[in-house]
Amino acid sequence: MIEFLLNGANVRVDVEDDTPLLWVLRDNLKLTGTKFGCGIGQCGACTVHIAGAAVRSCQTPVGSVQAQAVTTIEGIGAQGLNPVQQAWIEANVPQCGYCQSGQIMAASALLAQTPHPSDDEITAAMDGNLCRCGCYNRIRAAIHRAAELNDAASNVAVRPFDPKELLAGNLS
Amino acid sequence: MSEFNINRRAFLTGTALVTGGLVLGVFPAQRAGAMPNARAGSFQANAWLQITPADEVIFQLDKTEMGQGVLTALPTILAEELEIDPRRIVVELASVNKAFQDPIQMTGGSSSVSARWDILRTTGAQAREMLVAAAAARWAVKPDQCRADDGRIVRLGTDESFSYGDLANDAAKLPVPKHPALKDPSEFKYIGKSLRRFDAPEKSDGTAVFGIDVDVPGAAVALLIRNPHFGGSLQGFDAAAARSAPGVIDIFEVNGAVAVVADTYWHATKAARAVNVTWDKGPLGSLDSEGIRAAWVELAKQDGRTIRDEGDVKTAIKSAANVHDAVYELPYLAHATMEPQNTTASFRDGACEIWSPNQGPDVAQALAADALGIARDKVTVHTTLMGGGFGRRGIPDFVAEAALVSRQVNRPVKLIWSREDDMRHDFYRPATYNVMQAALNDQGQVQSWSHKIVAPSMFRSLLPVLGKVAPEWMPHWLTRSLSAAAGSIVKTRDPTSHEGAVDQPYSIPNIDVAHVFYDPGVPLGFWRSVGHSQNAFVVESFIDELAHKANEDPYQFRRRLLAGHARHLAVLDLAAEKANWGTPKLGTHQGIAVHESFGSVVAEVVEVRIVDNVIKVERVVCAADCGLVVNPDQVHAQVESAVIFGLTAALRGKITIREGAVEQSNFHDYPLLRMNEIPVVEVHVVPSTNSPTGIGEPGTPPIAPAVANAVFAATGARLRSLPLNLTI
Repeated sequence: MIEFLLNGANVRVDVEDDTPLLWVLRDNLKLTGTKFGCGIGQCGACTVHIAGAAVRSCQTPVGSVQAQAVTTIEGIGAQGLNPVQQAWIEANVPQCGYCQSGQIMAASALLAQTPHPSDDEITAAMDGNLCRCGCYNRIRAAIHRAAELNDAASNVAVRPFDPKELLAGNLS
Repeated sequence: MSEFNINRRAFLTGTALVTGGLVLGVFPAQRAGAMPNARAGSFQANAWLQITPADEVIFQLDKTEMGQGVLTALPTILAEELEIDPRRIVVELASVNKAFQDPIQMTGGSSSVSARWDILRTTGAQAREMLVAAAAARWAVKPDQCRADDGRIVRLGTDESFSYGDLANDAAKLPVPKHPALKDPSEFKYIGKSLRRFDAPEKSDGTAVFGIDVDVPGAAVALLIRNPHFGGSLQGFDAAAARSAPGVIDIFEVNGAVAVVADTYWHATKAARAVNVTWDKGPLGSLDSEGIRAAWVELAKQDGRTIRDEGDVKTAIKSAANVHDAVYELPYLAHATMEPQNTTASFRDGACEIWSPNQGPDVAQALAADALGIARDKVTVHTTLMGGGFGRRGIPDFVAEAALVSRQVNRPVKLIWSREDDMRHDFYRPATYNVMQAALNDQGQVQSWSHKIVAPSMFRSLLPVLGKVAPEWMPHWLTRSLSAAAGSIVKTRDPTSHEGAVDQPYSIPNIDVAHVFYDPGVPLGFWRSVGHSQNAFVVESFIDELAHKANEDPYQFRRRLLAGHARHLAVLDLAAEKANWGTPKLGTHQGIAVHESFGSVVAEVVEVRIVDNVIKVERVVCAADCGLVVNPDQVHAQVESAVIFGLTAALRGKITIREGAVEQSNFHDYPLLRMNEIPVVEVHVVPSTNSPTGIGEPGTPPIAPAVANAVFAATGARLRSLPLNLTI
């Protein structure tokens, strides 16, 4: 039995420890916003946050997230669209849209660490995420836009994420 | 998936139905058949549009959404003439319906907007005029005293109005106007405006449902262990250990593969690793890329079948001051859609329900019916959003597999291909070998052009599939004999091999284009821009070679040989102007190419920088003529996408064959461009009032030759093989 915090709620799953977090999310917990693209950590479609950091859930055995805070695309906009998602819509980023959950998770982890990333910082944070429709330039533009939206929303969305704080008292 | 509730009813021209609604008539494009997803009592102008008394305006999106934006563009066209904000239209992904077949229900060929432009404008205008007439009758005024305004019919000079829903029942009883008045483009409110994509929110918050996300209650998950060798067979397998692995439901043979069915994908994956399979390598077991190349070189000595013959090339060659020869080679390419192939199937009581990301719902239906040996009307296909298509999902072989597995385990099954399956069992862009020859006079002017293409025929390769999707009214013996006849025709006259080569536009007095048929047996399919993707590289590179032979600027050289081709000249000039042709940024070098495909013409100017023999493409300036533009931002997006797709192939794409199997397996050995390799892409569109032409693909063909031409400008090295590489 593995327990972890998923999008702010305590979850408990009865699966083998070596099951990739990706498939626990998709098959066991029915959260299908996180996508399967390659299964070998090459494409980034499965990107989620663990303790605030962007990780490849296809390469993350669920046993390793015991008592950790996991956030998926379904969790970052729980109180309405967050500024990254809003910027994605404004910039008309998605085409097929399949990789965009992973892109948005990578981008929001970047912005949480680096509120006003340079082009080079964006490239460094995002070049693990493939987009077959080639929407990269719009992704870059949307990240700059999200930084502005974050500023406009003052410090609501950029508050540093501390998983310990979330976990306190939630897991026995 | 509860919205997939299909309420079929008999289609009876002009006959009232018991529900109180009326089906109005056969639209020109509509032959017969049940109305799709009809709501009881709704005003259903035709298969695409219905308006319910509850004031819902419902549109059946018969072209499938794979990223190209039809989910936004097509409702916009309808809404413009219907006089309603397009964002108020409820879009439903259409099921199979005869009304949507032209002649099959396929999304491809960059044709969605052009094929639906007239139909949807007319549909919207017809419905608008009928709603106006219904309102006029209620007020007992002439129709010209009424006006449609954003979902309501307003009585002029008053504040009275009815919603479209209020009038739906009355309108349904009126005759359908044959020639409704269409707006002048100057009156457009939505067409020509960059409405945001209607699917952007759901694709930004994780709620969009792609095929792989379909959740049918009780569904098991299946994967297939496939023979990597094309045409090989299954000799045997030992699944004793795998059967006792956690979650395993069943393991059995299907279509020469081993199906592993489990409760989750991970359990199926782990169990599959424990299955020992013995494969026969089959008839292609000794085929490899080197052998294919050796065959090309040998076959290129043949004359082949002439497919264009103008003037007298032989005499021109004999009398030439110089003869220039070159050979161009292109590799097989995979589609590598981000969403691996998948389908959910539920076979029960002799019928099958399918949920599938596919570009051809009736192809999917026919393939499932054929595999199961049941009638096509026993197969219901729900098409989902797609994580990319690019032509791959026009041949939905995975649908038949899912249907067979579901029948075997007697429960719903979601079949998911691994990335490795996807890479190694694609229908590939053909590999081709091209022998070029030109005669030049003593001033360096081009006197003749010869292009010999050694290539397979995609249509011939696909005939087994095409035979299965032939219209139902065609008897099977006829389908078979037609396939055989077509086989001999397409062997020599297949447009997918020749397009972009046989119709190259340059004014040269003597032209000869020939095709030598060679198909080593690797499965072939439609890859974004199809034959144009190959032939534009050859034609636009070789014309560049000839420009340099003539000591002429490649842009001006093209202009001179394209005199009279107004659209080509317009995009060339626009791209050259916007890119400051002739004055590249310091340290970069420019290349240019122009190509017509799918009714549109696109010119591209690239700037490359060569760093340690690595080609870095820094900027791409595109100019496109694609007729009237429905959504400018989405036209830009498609060109941006087509450029990156083509650039990925130009710089990285290569599928190689060993022992009749594909050597690559995932993104580590079939790499796609990443953000650190992406140029700035600028798109400029030539203003036009002509009907829309294609835009999903036409940006792809010019990019590879434009880059190769820039590399020549930078280094003097003429790269004639893809992917472009300066280090070999």
